[in-house]
Amino acid sequence: MPTEPRRLIVDRQIVEDAWTHVADDAPLPAGPAIVSRERWLAGDAAGHAPLGVLYQPDEDPLADVDRLGELALIAFAFPAFSDGRPLSRARKLRQIVGFTGQIRAVGDVLRDQILYMWRCGFDAFEVRADKSLEDALAAFAEFSVDYQASTPRRLSEG
Amino acid sequence: MYRYNALDQRIVDERVGQFRDQVRRRLSGELSEDEFRPLRLMNGLYYQRHAYMLRVAIPYGVLSTAQVRMLAHIARTFDRGYGHFTTRQNIQYNWPELEAVPDILACLAQVQMHAIQTSGNCVRNISADHLAGVARDEAVDPRPYCEIMRQWSTFHPEFSYLPRKFKLAFTGATTDRAAIKLHDIGYRALRSPEGEVGFQVWVGGGMGRTPVVGELLHPFLPERDLLSFTESILRVYNELGDRKDKYKARIKILVRRLGVAEFRRLVDEDHAATRTPELVLTPERVAAMAAHFAPPAFDPEAPAHDALVDEKASEDAAFRAWLGHNVAPHKVPGYHAVIVSLKAPDVPPGDVTDAQLEALADIADDHAFGEVRSLHTQNLLLASVASRDLYAVWQRLRLVKLATPNVDTLTDQICCPGFDFCSLANAASIPVAQEIAEAFDDLDHLYDLGEIKLKISGCINACGHHHVGHIGILGIDKRGADFYQVMLGGAEGDDASLGRILGPAFAREAVVPAIGRILAAYVDLRADGERFLDTVRRLGLQPFKERAYAH
Repeated sequence: MPTEPRRLIVDRQIVEDAWTHVADDAPLPAGPAIVSRERWLAGDAAGHAPLGVLYQPDEDPLADVDRLGELALIAFAFPAFSDGRPLSRARKLRQIVGFTGQIRAVGDVLRDQILYMWRCGFDAFEVRADKSLEDALAAFAEFSVDYQASTPRRLSEG
Repeated sequence: MYRYNALDQRIVDERVGQFRDQVRRRLSGELSEDEFRPLRLMNGLYYQRHAYMLRVAIPYGVLSTAQVRMLAHIARTFDRGYGHFTTRQNIQYNWPELEAVPDILACLAQVQMHAIQTSGNCVRNISADHLAGVARDEAVDPRPYCEIMRQWSTFHPEFSYLPRKFKLAFTGATTDRAAIKLHDIGYRALRSPEGEVGFQVWVGGGMGRTPVVGELLHPFLPERDLLSFTESILRVYNELGDRKDKYKARIKILVRRLGVAEFRRLVDEDHAATRTPELVLTPERVAAMAAHFAPPAFDPEAPAHDALVDEKASEDAAFRAWLGHNVAPHKVPGYHAVIVSLKAPDVPPGDVTDAQLEALADIADDHAFGEVRSLHTQNLLLASVASRDLYAVWQRLRLVKLATPNVDTLTDQICCPGFDFCSLANAASIPVAQEIAEAFDDLDHLYDLGEIKLKISGCINACGHHHVGHIGILGIDKRGADFYQVMLGGAEGDDASLGRILGPAFAREAVVPAIGRILAAYVDLRADGERFLDTVRRLGLQPFKERAYAH
């Protein structure tokens, strides 16, 4: 049975996902693929394009800064929405590294945090499967003003 | 004081709308309690032993009389007619209904107040020297920086899900009245010999289960880097702080684990990479903010002494006692700061009724430029009262039982809500405070004992700051019974130190007699004019221990 393509929020729009999460023991499919950092660093996805990597909260992409040019997408796992580490990681990716690819939130991704994620440089949100995407979109309209500058999603726009 | 502009107002108004919707989603079951908890906590709403508790922010402890009247209105309309001032200069309501909380927030927004970040693992309400702007020993008024930091920290997208709560404190004075070495970050604004403003930055202090006196991170952080450097501290903490064990999650544990030198290196490295132009604090921005805190219209002719006040002081011992204990010097000749004691003998420390708040607002409008402040000692303050008005102010405060002349004495106790309200507490604290207040109600005896800071916590989370009490009392649970550890020798100012436990814990009924024996030992042992704390520091615990347990 063909499964329905995953829907997610990208650039404040609900879209069908062009990317596939690939488990460490599964073969790489054709097309956009997201693998673990471990698999990527092991060279197991060399030459695949476009390639994305999923970082766990205790993994810092800045440790891999020389190779980040290989990636079109960087995803961060939120094992719990209350784990704020990826917020700082994303900000540094945009600001220090100048990463312009997609930064994606994966895991315990909920309406009440995604505006903060967006403002730290995330632009894609795999909202938790049991929650409504339409409802989550409303988060972007909850506040119309901020005290802090937001991290530009793409530096070219900044 | 600071007045909201349109942007500030819009943010609190939108926050009310957001929280109203979150409450709606919780009541409809759309949000589970697990999902709702961090949202309500980010807004100061706890679930306590009997009911919800709402903590309202009082940024750096400054209130207008319109705000004080609104706090009274909320106490009367949505609570049981009283509120409780906390050690973070905030006010708590103990009995609101969940359904009413959005309406309470809407009331607060009408007077430029909110409950944002009074709880949760985020930057909390910023506290400050209660004498800011009026202290004689002040080099720099810290309030403009406090407000800049309040705005910067409000809904900060990167630092709203930290490993644990995060507390900032500011002073700009020589004497530290804000306990800056006992905060996650403490700042002391000072001036270089060239007159430039900078900050001494202390990091990693705190109380709780692992009390630590902070480390000096920066001796003179230039004013322009206040925000960017603070962001770097928070970023290093956000990424490296412990998230597995909540008791090891505060920044003090990280600083201790890395050592302050390595922590400083990481902060400096981040700062060099992330210090963006919009984070640089310009002199123009500081000046614009400082204009909000311009001094009120002091009367240049105000006499330092007033014949009526002097006459009343000489003939009325009660007024004289109040002048001696509840009135502090002011930098402007002819003015004083008046500490409004919330430590009347029969009232839990820090509690105040709606009627008292309204009376105080009237007094502040008539005699104190329409401003009231909250202190971390759970008292209130009229920062600028003309010396000639002191007798009238005293009479009016006395009518509403706000003139107990016990500031900085044994009965000016700090006390957490304890087991009577708090779901974390192991033991009662307010009843112990009340027993102490009753047992030591003789003012002459209190005055003879001099300055003693007694602080009581009902559990090791130390909301009552027992570690830094000259006398600290910690409630513990021993097989279902309340017992109390007594510690001596703590202090929170420039000579901050942590108290040491005297010996085995006392049963509830043994606490007051033990305190009595400790104080009797002090009276016997003190050198001429020596404070209790200094006697303890000079002699150590042993002589007090011998007396306390000898019965």
